[in-house]
Amino acid sequence: MDAVLDNLDAVVRAFTYTLLLFVISGVLSLVLGTLLAALRVGPISVLRLAAATYVTIVRNTPLLIVLIFFRIAAPKIGLNFNFVDVQFGDIRLNNLFTACVVGLTVYTAAFVCEAIRSGINAVQLGQAEAARAIGLPFAGVMREVVLPQAFRASVPPLASVQIALLKNTTVAGALGVFEAFARMRSLNNDYATQRIEIFLVFAFVFVVLVEVLSFIANRLERRWRIA
Amino acid sequence: MRFTRTKALVAAAGLALSLAACGDAGEDSEGVDVQAEEVEEGKFEEGSRMAELAEAGEITIGVKYDQPGLGFKDASADVPSGFDVEIAKLLVADLGIDPSSDAVTWEETISDNREPYLEAGRVDLVLASYSITDERRQIVGQTGPYLVTGQQVLVSADSDITGIEDLKGEEVCSASGSTSLENVEAAGAIGAPADTYSQCAEDVLNGSVEAMSTDGSILLGLAAQNEGELKVVGEEFSEENIGVGYSLEYPEMCEWINGVLEESFENGDWAAAFEATLGGDDVETPEPPTLDECA
Repeated sequence: MDAVLDNLDAVVRAFTYTLLLFVISGVLSLVLGTLLAALRVGPISVLRLAAATYVTIVRNTPLLIVLIFFRIAAPKIGLNFNFVDVQFGDIRLNNLFTACVVGLTVYTAAFVCEAIRSGINAVQLGQAEAARAIGLPFAGVMREVVLPQAFRASVPPLASVQIALLKNTTVAGALGVFEAFARMRSLNNDYATQRIEIFLVFAFVFVVLVEVLSFIANRLERRWRIA
Repeated sequence: MRFTRTKALVAAAGLALSLAACGDAGEDSEGVDVQAEEVEEGKFEEGSRMAELAEAGEITIGVKYDQPGLGFKDASADVPSGFDVEIAKLLVADLGIDPSSDAVTWEETISDNREPYLEAGRVDLVLASYSITDERRQIVGQTGPYLVTGQQVLVSADSDITGIEDLKGEEVCSASGSTSLENVEAAGAIGAPADTYSQCAEDVLNGSVEAMSTDGSILLGLAAQNEGELKVVGEEFSEENIGVGYSLEYPEMCEWINGVLEESFENGDWAAAFEATLGGDDVETPEPPTLDECA
């Protein structure tokens, strides 16, 4: 326990990075995934095909490879994020952090897209037909009628996707972001005698974070239950 | 878009090739050829771990696979090579086991699992750029050092950075969970953890980070792999005593290890091992370090 308590500031900083990776990638992946889902059910066949191709490729690629692409391969062809450098106190969001966020977003968006599509498929066809019948354009049908209902049905799978994202942030620890997992390894190296406690503390924090997410998802489900 | 995607694929393929090409350091030197010694009756005390190992004729040794010059094994090599490995060969030979035979199992030990492997008996000895620390000595045996090294900085060849003090507030890459990474942070730079040192070198090459830092000996190996693109700069700003790890269950191993090391210091084997691995035309072979007393 001493190992964690003596380095509390470093541990807190590490979990801040973990949460920043999670929140930023989470929000962006929800936006991008929703857009992809709309494309996949939309009327324009070329966009449908493009979105389906994206999902197929990204979903079948291991996360580490996606991240390594943005972290190591992309700079080789001049695609880097060196223009990003934001600092709040001890927390610094740099090019490595950004590359990891982009990688996590690209990867998670594919899963978000599929979760939302499952929700869209849960909306009865009659709803969309009725919306068309009163003269709404496709965007209107999606925005006013289908997506609000689809989101409700998507909450459980979306929660799973976001929980997976939270745990996936640990991969960034091997790619230049000093998040919780990387900090845990550092502490293990310094306090070899306290490995078990260090591991348990970090595991416990992750359990708490996931439980919080589950709780929020649960509340949303109840609140939006279709009467 | 299509054009960039093609370029990206080419880049990815190129990356795979360049990572595969990272294995040059180990190939030009096979190391020193070490012959097994004859073990006479009574050389090792009855019931000691050394006697058991000599009797069994088999030993498992934990080494690093990703540190050119110290412990390095690329995909095509059968056995790892480097200074750690050379010292391990001397120890193995003293037990009467042929170091180049299948009787020796080289197990990869990353920074994280060196103590657990020793505690569980998965490896008999660890020679994996293993810094001696008081904390570690509480759970595993460590003796030596057989090498004293210090941390330096590796930057791209056209960089004007002269040492760690120029890197305050800059990202500096080092292996995740390593002492080097701690020292980088302690020096006021921002640690950027990576899985392997070759990944760090890649980051320095493509400009993702300003610099990388770890033991000078490892950096020299990486600079040699990327000649003309990377250079080692600055004074050593830390001191690491690299020693041999063994299990606390067999405290008798300490005296034996020290004996073998002492002998190699005196008869030139140590210097030969250094020259075959870390040494080079412009690297001076240092004086052998002073060994710690066994408790």
